[in-house]
Amino acid sequence: MGSVKRLGSTTAFALGVTTVGLWTKNPYVQQLLIIIGIHTLLALGLNMLMGYAGQISLGHAAFFGMGAYGTGILTTHFQWSPLASLPLVLVAACFLGYLIGRPVLRLSGYYLAMGTLGLGIIAHVIFREWDTFTGGASGLVGIPPLTFGPVMIMLGTSGFYTVWGTVLLFFVLCGRVVNSRVGWALRALGDSQKAAAACGIHTAHLKALIFSFSAMMAALAGYLYAHLLGFISPSSFDFLMSIRMVTMVVIGGMASIWGSLLGASVITLLPEWLHVFSDYEMMVYGLILMVVMIFLPQGLTRGVLDAVQQARSHTHRNIRGAQEASASRKGEEV
Amino acid sequence: MGEFLQFLFTGVTTGAIYGLIALGFNVLYNATDLVNFAQGEWVMLGGLLFYSLGVSLGWPMVAAFAIAVLLVALLGLLLERAALRPVKKPEPITLIIITVGASIFLRGVAMRLWGKDPYSVPPITASVEPVRLWGAALMPQSLWILGVVVVLMTGLHLFTKRTLTGKAMEACAIHRNAAWILGIPSERMILLAFALSAALGAVGGVIIAPITMPSYDMGTMLGLKGFCAAMLGGLGSHWGAALGGVLLGVLESLGVGYFSSGIKDAIAFLVLLIILIVRPSGLLGASAVKRF
Repeated sequence: MGSVKRLGSTTAFALGVTTVGLWTKNPYVQQLLIIIGIHTLLALGLNMLMGYAGQISLGHAAFFGMGAYGTGILTTHFQWSPLASLPLVLVAACFLGYLIGRPVLRLSGYYLAMGTLGLGIIAHVIFREWDTFTGGASGLVGIPPLTFGPVMIMLGTSGFYTVWGTVLLFFVLCGRVVNSRVGWALRALGDSQKAAAACGIHTAHLKALIFSFSAMMAALAGYLYAHLLGFISPSSFDFLMSIRMVTMVVIGGMASIWGSLLGASVITLLPEWLHVFSDYEMMVYGLILMVVMIFLPQGLTRGVLDAVQQARSHTHRNIRGAQEASASRKGEEV
Repeated sequence: MGEFLQFLFTGVTTGAIYGLIALGFNVLYNATDLVNFAQGEWVMLGGLLFYSLGVSLGWPMVAAFAIAVLLVALLGLLLERAALRPVKKPEPITLIIITVGASIFLRGVAMRLWGKDPYSVPPITASVEPVRLWGAALMPQSLWILGVVVVLMTGLHLFTKRTLTGKAMEACAIHRNAAWILGIPSERMILLAFALSAALGAVGGVIIAPITMPSYDMGTMLGLKGFCAAMLGGLGSHWGAALGGVLLGVLESLGVGYFSSGIKDAIAFLVLLIILIVRPSGLLGASAVKRF
């Protein structure tokens, strides 16, 4: 995408967010939009890892939970102010992501999937069992809302702008990363690790780096989530949450930044629209994962875009073919 | 001593089940290089179908057992035909997401059909008293489980080494195209591998039903433990699967007994991560395992 086009789409998105923010006054809708924003951050982070670098993670809810529990424990047990806990949570997630990512991402394919799944389950067990700090299975209550001086910024309109401002920031950031040298190195890694290594890319370091980046984004989402609800419990960070995140990426399309927004919106809105959804939630996710992967392995957005492009180039070719045919016929006549 | 022995008995019993599930992973992995993330759901479906047929409908146990296993094997065929065969570019990441999707889907279906509550299934021989050994009780069901697993292991071994079909399957595992050139219907062999691995899982589900109480969400965990056992013993090695399963079962049972029951699931995954990173070929596996 050209930089002008990118600037255009970013501005359009910023304008859209501002308008929506001014226009919505309904607390329920605002809350829903905030959740969509948080899910978009999750999907975007995981997409950088899965879509671009081609490394699957079935345990990313671990980092989501780490962010939420990190700030939850600091603010309730140690009376930190939420703003003070933010840098610590992010740095810790980055650091842990790199530390875990370096050995685990030596694995690939099925082994990586099983390894990350294991990580997710271990994290879930820690959230559930370490009850002196995490409150155990019943959860952690009384996490203070985000305040900036006297202003509460995790409620209503201000909360909306906080979350969507963050989303916008990360859209720009990820867009720049993807179109930089690092972005091309990531795509090379996703296509073939051996070829990438042969081109002089330090694959082990790069993989751990992108893992740590996506862990940081998940932790940030967790941080916002904890301060939005004021209450967290281990069930929000279980295997199904990891699957939900993968489903968002798959719906939105692998290696598609804007697709993350679509995937997050669909997964957040489905349960709101379908009231019986919770009974069928797993069936629907399972079907989505299977059907999209069988028929459109690049994801919905990419699949549809490809189909459109193919159709267009097909008609182009037909037109050009017809022109060439008529030209050669003319040649024969002469 | 009695306490330790008790933990050992429990560990070996659950370990045998893990070994059986690991065997299911192996059969499929050997034939298709695929790791099926829905393997645990076969166990769950086996257990729940056995409950419905044998306890709810009151069929004779043997018939319920056979029909439950047969149905799950058919579902295994269906998975291959409907979800994996149509994939155009079978890359690991695509296949992983598809089988994870299948696993979530089957869980969702089971939740609709059987609800969220676990069911209790009577042991195969309810009237027999537990055997007392040095202060520890050995349940008759444990003996049944061990017996079934040993019979299945031996049967599978004889099948792959002695029968023509088994040898043909092994040939497909070594080189699918070469086997096809020699006139082996490799497509059919793959279907057979899917059915066989699903059936092995279902048998595990049926025999474990009296001790764990089958419920819709038991599959994921059991599947992962089975994979852990398979990795521990070396993916693809049948005897390794049994060894890995028993080892994992005993470790877990000792961990639960001497520390806390909450960490039970973490033990398996800690073991899995360590084995993946330190010795990916497992304890008995061939040294050349493609992990990186």
